[in-house]
Amino acid sequence: MNIQKRYISGHILKGMRLDGRKYDEYRKIEIEVNLIKQAEGSARVKIGDTEVIVGVKLEVGEPFPDTPNEGILVVNAELSPVASPEFELGPPKEDAIELARIIDRGIRESKCIDLEKLCIKEGEKVWMIMVDIQPLSQDGNLIDASGIAAITALLGTRMPKYENDQVIYEEKTDEKLPIRDIPIPVTCAILDNKLIVDPNLEEEEVMDGRITVTTTSDGKICALQKGNACAISLENIEEAIKISLKKGKEMREMIKNLYKL
Amino acid sequence: MERLDGRKYDELRPVEMKVGVLKHADGSALVKLGKTVALAAVYGPRELNPRHMQQSDRAILQCNYSMAPFSTMERAKPGPTRRSVEISKVTREALEPALFLNDFPRTTIDVYIVILQANAGTRTAGINAASLALADAGIQMRDLVTSVAAGKIDGHYVLDLTGEEEEITECDLPIAYMPREKKFTLLQMDGKISEEDVKNIINLAVKGCEILYEYQKKALYEKWAKEGFE
Repeated sequence: MNIQKRYISGHILKGMRLDGRKYDEYRKIEIEVNLIKQAEGSARVKIGDTEVIVGVKLEVGEPFPDTPNEGILVVNAELSPVASPEFELGPPKEDAIELARIIDRGIRESKCIDLEKLCIKEGEKVWMIMVDIQPLSQDGNLIDASGIAAITALLGTRMPKYENDQVIYEEKTDEKLPIRDIPIPVTCAILDNKLIVDPNLEEEEVMDGRITVTTTSDGKICALQKGNACAISLENIEEAIKISLKKGKEMREMIKNLYKL
Repeated sequence: MERLDGRKYDELRPVEMKVGVLKHADGSALVKLGKTVALAAVYGPRELNPRHMQQSDRAILQCNYSMAPFSTMERAKPGPTRRSVEISKVTREALEPALFLNDFPRTTIDVYIVILQANAGTRTAGINAASLALADAGIQMRDLVTSVAAGKIDGHYVLDLTGEEEEITECDLPIAYMPREKKFTLLQMDGKISEEDVKNIINLAVKGCEILYEYQKKALYEKWAKEGFE
């Protein structure tokens, strides 16, 4: 591992990555939407050989007592062994929980979903948006793939019919979720104080740490998360923010084009 | 304009730190920041079981953050939550860069943090306590890890939010920081702010950490100067 690390970081210091990318270059991104018929919304995102499906299901439930007139957002991630030999069955471990919470924070803090519009009867019934992240292939940077897939799936979600206190899943209406922004997480790996965006698996295996910055369309920052046991400098943080603002903009355009927004 | 509790914008809540508060732990510390109280215990380096988890070239660090059921207004259900699992992870990642784990192959260093009273800033108080407890256990460190959160209220950058301020802040940005190395080991943020805000809030939190660093050193001197070094 140390030899591999020296090899990879030696290249990065010379401005090269093993797969020929620049430090701020993503792998090829492919997005497919509404591929899961049973889900109210879904998206499959591939970044290089990393692949994630996100499904959105809608349920009706009781609101939280402190927000009686707001819908509920729940983000969950399941790291199934189909995606990587490193993943194990069983209840979610810290990596799955952290992944879900980073994506949750980006969506929630950007206020991209108008949760008040999802109130059916104040204090009694609200829509619950269940966002489930299912990686199919972990080849590095699951965070960004999951975040892009989550917001893309939410944008394509159509409400099911709701009649006589019953959700009729068989009948989807034309009504979309009240979404007003597109938060995008951008993750950089840190290796010997250098930042590289969108680390692939071999880069992830040797990186000192990572930093994820989630941005909104008005150029604001709505979530930050440093990962791994590493110590980073203020310059690293500032550079990660700059990269994220730039890359987030590009990706937002890509998603908008997809839906012709 | 003043803060709800009358503090200045760049003022910490009243700080109290004490090390060696637990008889059976190898190292321990109690940290109070206003109404937030965190207790940390450290065991190890000690033998790691199950053995398949042992690393032949280094110790592993295990951290557990938990909130006492009586620490919040509404009783907190005992046992891990998604929040506490994430905090345990980022706490471990905040402390580990300060340690020389290669010095203790095949062992574990276990850190247990219990929040006795919660009024915002529990993860940061926990990290301050854990870092002190590691030092109290006599484990060599690159530096003490200090930690505090800052935010933005009514256009002012504010240090060390209380529970009441957490309700109204535009963001909550906790950091952990090694003052001697000038490096960050924890960085998280909830909220929606500009690039400039992020920089200013981080700088304010660093100022808070530098003050907490002095309190930490004082707490260690108070115990160890009294007992003497061996």
